Amino acid sequence: MLNFMLRRLLSAIPTLFILIALAFMLIRAAPGGPFDSENQLPAEVEANLRNAYHLDEPLYQQFGRYLANLARGDFGPSFQYRDFSVTELIRSGFPVSLRLGGLAMLLALMVGISAGAYAALKQNTTADYSVMTAMMVGISIPNFVVAPLLILLFAVGLRWLPAGGLGDGEVRHLLLPVIALAMPQIAYIARLMRGSMIEVLRSPFIRTARAQGLTMPRIIVLHALKPALLPVISYLGPATAAVITGSVVIEQIFGIPGLGRFFVQGALNRDYTLVMGVVVFYGSLIIIFNFFVDLVYGWLDPRVRL
Amino acid sequence: MPGSISFTASVSLACLAIVAALLGGCGGNEAGSPQAAVEIGGPSGTELAADQTLHVGNGTGPQTLDPHRAEGVPSANILRDLFEGLTIEAPDGSIVPGVAKSWDISADGLVYTFHLHDDAKWSNGDPLTAEDFVFSLRRSTDPATMSHYSSILEPIVNAMEVITGEKSPEELGVEALDALTLVIRLQRPTAYLLGLLTHSTTYPVHRASVGQYGNQFAREGRLIGNGAYTLDEWVVQSHIKLIRNKFYRDNAATTIDSVYYYSIENQDAELKRFRADELDITEEIPYQQLPWIRENLADQLVISPYLGSYYFGFNMTREPFKNNLQLRRALSLAIDRDIITSRITNAGEIPAYGWVPQMAGYKQVASEWAGWTQAERNAEAQRLYSEAGYSIDKPLKIELLYNTSANHKRLSVAIASMWKQTLGVETKLLNQEWKVFLATRKLMKITQIFRAGWIGDYNDVFTFAQLMHSANEMNHSGYSSSRYDELIERAADETDLQARADFLNQAEHVLLEDMPIIPIYFYVSKHLIKSWVGGRQPNIMDHHYTKNFYILQH
Repeated sequence: MLNFMLRRLLSAIPTLFILIALAFMLIRAAPGGPFDSENQLPAEVEANLRNAYHLDEPLYQQFGRYLANLARGDFGPSFQYRDFSVTELIRSGFPVSLRLGGLAMLLALMVGISAGAYAALKQNTTADYSVMTAMMVGISIPNFVVAPLLILLFAVGLRWLPAGGLGDGEVRHLLLPVIALAMPQIAYIARLMRGSMIEVLRSPFIRTARAQGLTMPRIIVLHALKPALLPVISYLGPATAAVITGSVVIEQIFGIPGLGRFFVQGALNRDYTLVMGVVVFYGSLIIIFNFFVDLVYGWLDPRVRL
Repeated sequence: MPGSISFTASVSLACLAIVAALLGGCGGNEAGSPQAAVEIGGPSGTELAADQTLHVGNGTGPQTLDPHRAEGVPSANILRDLFEGLTIEAPDGSIVPGVAKSWDISADGLVYTFHLHDDAKWSNGDPLTAEDFVFSLRRSTDPATMSHYSSILEPIVNAMEVITGEKSPEELGVEALDALTLVIRLQRPTAYLLGLLTHSTTYPVHRASVGQYGNQFAREGRLIGNGAYTLDEWVVQSHIKLIRNKFYRDNAATTIDSVYYYSIENQDAELKRFRADELDITEEIPYQQLPWIRENLADQLVISPYLGSYYFGFNMTREPFKNNLQLRRALSLAIDRDIITSRITNAGEIPAYGWVPQMAGYKQVASEWAGWTQAERNAEAQRLYSEAGYSIDKPLKIELLYNTSANHKRLSVAIASMWKQTLGVETKLLNQEWKVFLATRKLMKITQIFRAGWIGDYNDVFTFAQLMHSANEMNHSGYSSSRYDELIERAADETDLQARADFLNQAEHVLLEDMPIIPIYFYVSKHLIKSWVGGRQPNIMDHHYTKNFYILQH
């Protein structure tokens, strides 16, 4: 097991390096720079700005400097938010995104697994069809459509919930964004769960358990659930990535100051350090998350450890 | 199976990196220009609400609250509350005393002596002196401050030399005669100086804070200003909360206790938050919702003329527009501006046949064909087009460049079809995301016709006139006319206001004769404002000060 963990961990390092290098080159290759604006800067001021951000150095030197700073946990100063460092921005944005994304994942897992399992048990009945139809709709409607509809209904129409912003982080501010963000994941997880549950329920060991006279609820909870969850767990990695990309849209629509919003605004403004910071941060997060998923998977299915 | 997990992971990582780069290449966000609003004095005979908290939509939000390094409308909106210049604007936009209670202007218009209020204080109670202004103006022009807007101070003696590093900031033409008397020396009479002094680059900054925190002084818990409000909370990308500055010299006349500025760049989201009563004032209005708003929120819709010109520029340094006046005129004539403002923008924009929007003290200029019918213009356009050597069999093929935005696209498509219909011109529409667009336009290498907009930095014709001077780096059409340049320079040196206006008038005639640009319309400012917000008047700069507002019982 230790060997397996080490191998996984080591393979993460080159992945991260490639990610950093790729992002570093791509954002700089994008035409237009951080200091382009409708207002023409005096040459002297622009030179000072380029010098302050080390943009006057050759690219390899900038990259080396970036890596060295990164190793010390320093993401550099933001180009756009001139009084803040990227580390500060990530520190303020990430807890917000984490709460939003974490709650959305939790909601997606709870609702998705229950709905999927329920549909599997009621296979080919009206209940199954209606759950699956609802899930199909959930997958097909993108969240940039769902979110405004939710706002229109619950904030503008019924006035139950706020239309945007985070307030002081109360639940009522998070409710709509969490639902909008979780919706496609609920649908996806439910469909996965239904499929694998049906497969597990048909396998010989379940038949054996039933032949031994165990009750159905006992069989499902003790024997069927664990193997049926395998595909859902392996989907957790991609699901996290999907929630992260989804939150970029959701945070924009609801005006929530999370990392996703920094990412979009950073890219549009050519805020090199901010975009890099978010890419590296999220990249590491996804790598770590996948590492844990692999561990859990190895625990659930011993064959993987080989 | 786990192999496939890692594969998915790498794919998502790669996507993340690619999305980062692609966002750079798509989407688009129009940057803006400076802007704010109202009249002092509480309302009489009106019931005030108990809760005097104002909620304002503020576009993309500020990049910094350092008045000398800030640029753009969202920063300017907040800075007007946090700081106060020598002069400020009344609700109707007219220039009134700020920190300076009065001033004397020398006969040659070159020396301004300001007498400061003796009760002006910083938000920590420190007295505000003329020395603070000397320090601040030096800091603003010092290239080490890296101000994005310092060249606006160019009329002050030695300002350009300081900005370009040829002279030290101490040589700037500002001087404190005593604690309450400030002298500003100009290198030429600048009729708009008093208006310029409402711009954030001229605001005073607190010396001790700058000494302690350097360029990082404009943060929550550090920022010390001299405006009617102080910074209470700053959550980047969410909101900024300001509360009353009890040391503000005119605090007794202030009604609003706290104001929230929200960063909401999505106009649809802003509209929904307004409808949910979470915002009292919006920064903008989504164009495509305008008919709905007119029907349902008409009493809260405030549209008024805004000091801006929307136009298309010709690249005068390249064929086919170089040395081809007939062609440039033909293309301009063939555009039906009434259709554009009534069917496409439709927010009350004013069709433009000249360059400078309507301004007090200036006689607006228009091309001679402004009074013709569109049929007459089209006929003349066709005549000029064939004179320029083009015809149905040999049509003009051009590229029209605009920055990515649904509104610019609709307008560009309409113009291309007008050219096609009237002249047979084949137009290829090219759109680029904002930053790419700016870089392309500046190069003047591949552009043929490009979209542009200009919002006045200060309330004077000169902010428009100087843009077309051949030495101006933002003159992206590459227009160069010695006649025009000379008239602008003579206007700049003129002390007599009438003579100055005449020079500027003549210059605009020259410009319209040469037609390096196609004026399309003059902007309007568009806001949704709750009926309970009082004290706010529309003005041409769309500059507003929260201290003049009040909230009525509702």
